[in-house]
Amino acid sequence: MKVRSQVSMVFHLDKCIGCHTCSIACKNIWTDREGAEYMWWNNVETKPGVGFPTQWEDQEKYHGGWELNDKPKNPELKLKLQNRLQTFGNLFSNPAMPTMDDYYEPWTYKYGDLFNSPLGDDQPTARPISRIDGKPIDIEAGPNWDDDLGGSNIYAVNDPLLATMSAEEKQRLFSIEQLFYFYMPRICNHCLNAACGAACPSGAIYKRAEDGVVLINQDKCRGWRMCVSACPYKKTYYNWSTGKSEKCILCYPRLESGQAPACFHSCVGRIRYLGVLLYDADQIEDALKVPDEQLVERQREMILDPHDPKVVAAAKESGIPDGVITAAQNSPVYRYVKEWELALPLHPEYRTLPMLFYVPPLLPVLNATGANGTQRVETDLFSSLENARVPVRYMSRTLAAGKDELVIKSYQKMIAVRIYKRAETVGDVTKEEADAALAKAGMTAEEAEAIYHLTSLPNYGERFVVPPYSREGDIEEVYDPQQRKAEMGFGKRQGPQRGL
Amino acid sequence: MLEIMLFVVFPYVALAIGIVGTIYRYLTNQYSFTSLSSQFLENDLQFWGSTLWHYGILPTTFIHLGGFFLPKLMFIMHSTPETLYLAELAGKVLGIMALVGAGIMLYRRLTVSKIREITTPVDWIILSLLFGQVFFGLVLAFVYRWGATWFLHTATPWIDSLATFQPAPQYVTALPLAHKVHFLTGFLLFALMPFSRLVHIATFPLSYLWRRFQLVIWTRRKASS
Ligand code: SF4
Ligand code: SF4
Repeated sequence: MKVRSQVSMVFHLDKCIGCHTCSIACKNIWTDREGAEYMWWNNVETKPGVGFPTQWEDQEKYHGGWELNDKPKNPELKLKLQNRLQTFGNLFSNPAMPTMDDYYEPWTYKYGDLFNSPLGDDQPTARPISRIDGKPIDIEAGPNWDDDLGGSNIYAVNDPLLATMSAEEKQRLFSIEQLFYFYMPRICNHCLNAACGAACPSGAIYKRAEDGVVLINQDKCRGWRMCVSACPYKKTYYNWSTGKSEKCILCYPRLESGQAPACFHSCVGRIRYLGVLLYDADQIEDALKVPDEQLVERQREMILDPHDPKVVAAAKESGIPDGVITAAQNSPVYRYVKEWELALPLHPEYRTLPMLFYVPPLLPVLNATGANGTQRVETDLFSSLENARVPVRYMSRTLAAGKDELVIKSYQKMIAVRIYKRAETVGDVTKEEADAALAKAGMTAEEAEAIYHLTSLPNYGERFVVPPYSREGDIEEVYDPQQRKAEMGFGKRQGPQRGL
Repeated sequence: MLEIMLFVVFPYVALAIGIVGTIYRYLTNQYSFTSLSSQFLENDLQFWGSTLWHYGILPTTFIHLGGFFLPKLMFIMHSTPETLYLAELAGKVLGIMALVGAGIMLYRRLTVSKIREITTPVDWIILSLLFGQVFFGLVLAFVYRWGATWFLHTATPWIDSLATFQPAPQYVTALPLAHKVHFLTGFLLFALMPFSRLVHIATFPLSYLWRRFQLVIWTRRKASS
């Protein structure tokens, strides 16, 4: 057993209000620079929808992630993008490279015109201009262009996940009375089998052994752009100005000083949880060489119980400090992912072993009963699961490689918690009904109570259990943050200057 | 005197600047080592330009180097009219590919406004020089045919003499002007390497052929050990 620690994340989708505060917090700190304007290391998309960049889930187009050959006897993983030799053939022009059109062209406005226009009969306007060549542009896309299903007949219908659904199911998805949508905030998943790193010809992308944060060494990156194609989540971005690729750094300078990453810290819905997971690195390969339906379970198996004395001993042997083990024992992520099995990884079938997990949103399921507002909690809540075939299938395609049971199990627990608390606080549900609900979901009252607490009432310290850290570089002292903001924020004082 | 300057001193100086400059830049500003790809902003012309260019110029460069340093191999290739003819043809095809590629890249930088915006003065100089260099190379190939043969009796001994520090410029001083321009531009490009995006050649990622897929690095252990 080779134990490693990973700072992992859970996003509780029921709580996300789609406010984009997280995106702005990140942008203000890290990507407010030339060449990075179009990057959203944290973005929030409306689902169903095309996402950002457009249709990122369509791996036939972008060739992201890993593929398993179809020999069950001799399973082998390979990058969907290309093998090692092909990499050299494609070095000069990457055939699966998303271009700016797949994201959007960053723009600003000619504010000066508001002041400097000559006197005339018309109100002066500030025209939008491209932030690349300064030419006037028609704004045709942005990072959340189909927010709240805006223009869903143009955008949401192009959601790659819908391609496999029947016409009738699609119809149900978009019929106004049953309209369901939810927000999906996305950051880099800091994968265990990162496709970005495997595809990098220069070997510039690495995982920090201490906390599992995946970083691009800016000094070693040569701008070959293979990571951009290979990441199935499209979470590495090419900086068109500096000629380097960049990605979410999980705010490691903040982690190193005991704070949660900026998007976590600022989250208005308090949907985000951060904590250490201990996992067995020896299992990585085997856990991926299984059929799609088994992927989530195998990933859960890899994640070790930090309370188990055997695991603790093995962790110590693998060089994991006591403080990190304690942090793992208090990790809210461990509870959501492994103990309660509520949270699921995003598109496990890409086989990168993403370490960001999502609690599926219950709202679309409840909505699907069509009897909004008049449900009898104890009866209708459960039957809503049966009626919610479409949202459940959509969710299982997103979070469980198509395995409905996993999503249903998670929903059953959440519904049971609601019924249980309803019985306790409102009283229009009997204790027997509540117990029956718990039994159906296979959980105890204590577990329901704990889920309720961590979902609804957690304080800062319960949501974010940052392990003890030593700093990678002593960078901040005597350094003006305003000056730093204009620089690259990768632990380097030198600005991200384009080379000659 | 001028000939000594051009065909002895200049090559040495150019090589020194190229090598020392690139190493210095690598040691002091590794961040600036990148291909500065602009594929993200424009894809279609980039594909044709960059692919034709690189697929043309890389073999051409290796053939030149072979001519300098493995003359035996070249002799064998030129031993029969058929192989000689083949070598001549291959050289021309590769050269034309590179020329068309460089032409497309120039055209792209001139006409696509986003690409023009991120093009630096050095980029213009380098790209024009490369285009000119390939152009002159093709002139030599077409006007002074069977270059594969005369190459071995002029450029090869000259380069050889430079490499062994017994410079013998007389091998090339009598050649026509087009040859001289081609030779000198070659060394000029080498000298410009550390001052341009050409440094990306120096970091060709060969180790990708054998490196492990996943890199896990202990920052703390590295720092303390
Ligand atoms: S999600 Fe992050 S770690 Fe995973 S492949 Fe993409 S960029 Fe790499
Ligand atoms: S800040 Fe939180 S609630 Fe708001 S969009 Fe981001 S994840 Fe959702």
